[in-house]
Amino acid sequence: MSEQSLAIRKFSDLANPTRFLGLAERLLPWFSGLTALLFAVGLYLCFTTEGDYQQGETVRIMYVHVPAAWLSMMCYTVMALSALGTLVWRHPLADVSARAAAPIGACFTFLALVTGSLWGKPMWGTWWVWDARLTSVFVLFLMYLGLIALNRAMDDPGKAAKVSAILILVGFVNIPIIKFSVEWWNTLHQPASVMRLDGPKIDPEFLRPLLIMAVAFSMLFFTLHIAAMRNEIWRRRVTSMRRQAARNVGAVGTGMEGPNA
Amino acid sequence: MISLFLRDLKLSVRAGGGALIGVLFFMTVVAVVPFAVGPDLNLLSRIGPAILWIGALLASLLGLDRLFQAEREDGSLDLMLMQETPLVLTVLVKCLAHWSASGLPLVIAAPLLGLFMNTSELAIGATMLTLLVGTPAITLIGAAGAAVAVTLPRGGLLVSILVLPLAIPVLIFGVSATYAAVEDPAPFLPPFLILMAITLFFAVIGPLAAAAALRSSSD
Amino acid sequence: MPICLVVEGLSAKRGEDLIFHDISFVLRAGEALVVTGANGSGKSTLLRVLAGLLAAESGSVRIDGAAAEIGHPRELCHYLGHRNAMKHELTVAENLSFWKSFMGDSPGGAGKDLEDATEAVGLGGISHLPFGYLSAGQQRRMAMAKLLVAFRPVWILDEPTAALDANADRLFAELVTGHLGAGGIVVAATHQPLGLEARELRMTGFAGVGGMV
Repeated sequence: MSEQSLAIRKFSDLANPTRFLGLAERLLPWFSGLTALLFAVGLYLCFTTEGDYQQGETVRIMYVHVPAAWLSMMCYTVMALSALGTLVWRHPLADVSARAAAPIGACFTFLALVTGSLWGKPMWGTWWVWDARLTSVFVLFLMYLGLIALNRAMDDPGKAAKVSAILILVGFVNIPIIKFSVEWWNTLHQPASVMRLDGPKIDPEFLRPLLIMAVAFSMLFFTLHIAAMRNEIWRRRVTSMRRQAARNVGAVGTGMEGPNA
Repeated sequence: MISLFLRDLKLSVRAGGGALIGVLFFMTVVAVVPFAVGPDLNLLSRIGPAILWIGALLASLLGLDRLFQAEREDGSLDLMLMQETPLVLTVLVKCLAHWSASGLPLVIAAPLLGLFMNTSELAIGATMLTLLVGTPAITLIGAAGAAVAVTLPRGGLLVSILVLPLAIPVLIFGVSATYAAVEDPAPFLPPFLILMAITLFFAVIGPLAAAAALRSSSD
Repeated sequence: MPICLVVEGLSAKRGEDLIFHDISFVLRAGEALVVTGANGSGKSTLLRVLAGLLAAESGSVRIDGAAAEIGHPRELCHYLGHRNAMKHELTVAENLSFWKSFMGDSPGGAGKDLEDATEAVGLGGISHLPFGYLSAGQQRRMAMAKLLVAFRPVWILDEPTAALDANADRLFAELVTGHLGAGGIVVAATHQPLGLEARELRMTGFAGVGGMV
């Protein structure tokens, strides 16, 4: 056996949902604990570091906002990789992963938008600015919601998997174009009057809690993602058991009607 | 392939076809705007090109969901999937036919509606030109959405939700190019060329994604 | 070299459910196979897998001895499903000529022209009418005319005689016999006897193995 085929076999061992469930059961407590710990440290640092002389206390919003925005993009990348896994390698867990990641991604994106808006009110004097970044995150949010709607509209998970994988990839290819065009549009309509986060160099004082929060958020994502994948696998098993039950009644031919024939 | 083009064209022109409805919808949307923003001609002439673009964008999405669904319902899609002709090509031709029947009339109707909006001749010309180049992009990327939602009985609304975010760049560069033609400092060519590039790009990924989705949703 | 449809170890799933398992058969030029079985036993699924419209879970379908290189066996097949694949808004002639030119002929044969095809299904002279004006039985017969206008060596027919009366049944049997006589292959799923000399594949449903009779 060549090394490569061995690697493939290991890979497909992991593909076995039962194995994945076992792994998830073992990992989840550790992941949750680590996430809680990181959040404790991160939040403590967030509230103990000094406020910015210019932005005051509102700078603390950034510690939530920036990691959430990063995660909203990472989550779509995870979905795009999963979509590739579904279409190219036909990995059975890939579509579970993509399906589970969509609502999580939407939540992070929503969090980024809300915190951005809260930060914008004292800083820009308005809840919403059609800034290039905010707008592209908003479009990303719309794309997440569209994907969730599509997933919910299709009842056959196998078919929904391939079709939404295609859409995820089309979206992924389009994200740079959308980002680029939104930036173009923004400079056309309102020249750089908007203060940007990346304008001033970030002080190490702020960087430390920010990085810890970023790691905490990532761990939160992995924890939620694994848990959501586990739930999705259970949900599918329940569905297929129900189908089995319905079929057995038909096969025995007892003439008993199911509750929803 | 020419026969497919002609057939789709005939179908959309015959009774029940969507070509006329698209133009009517376009006119209605544009006609409603002054009621919302007020009859101020200066304001209307300023936002006119933008209104025309939004109307055209919404009208192009209308009827897009039937692009493959009608074929699926009567079994024609099965036969198209089986042919030697690459499915991507079939999809592309169907998009072209759909655009000729429902997108081109929008481009032709745009100048008339531009007059209602008190838009200058130059702006009307620019709007027409950008619509001519930009609306095929909406149809092409819309085909991917239509193929994804082909199995859903009421996929129409979903197609719009899925496609609109992807169509934002088309809107941005379409409107930018139009305004650039009218207002002096901004050059017209860069946004217009980018608009063309987006159309060409969508002409590749739209049919590719649509063909892949149609294959996998066959049952 | 006459063609030959070879099916080996075919199984297929619908959603999560295995519909049939390990079906194998070989059909030589001039042979027909009638697929029978109760509703939901997987007849339609089998035909759609043969026509390349559904992916098989395992096993293969291939056509040996094709006159030219082909990309996929489905390219040599006609598929007549439950639906007629004809547009109600277009006339019969427009429908048929579209399919004739869109599908083209497989190597090794040529399709009939429109008038001959409509004559062959007993409906000559009405091809100028919109397809929607025809009765259900006439529509089905026109859908069969579609099999004639473009040449394909293999016909895959799903409930071809639904909505047809006894007369039309006989006419259909003649069409199929003619196709077999010319060295074609026919696979048909049906509830009712088609009046054909053919082998029979009985589907038993729910992962039951189909047995050749």
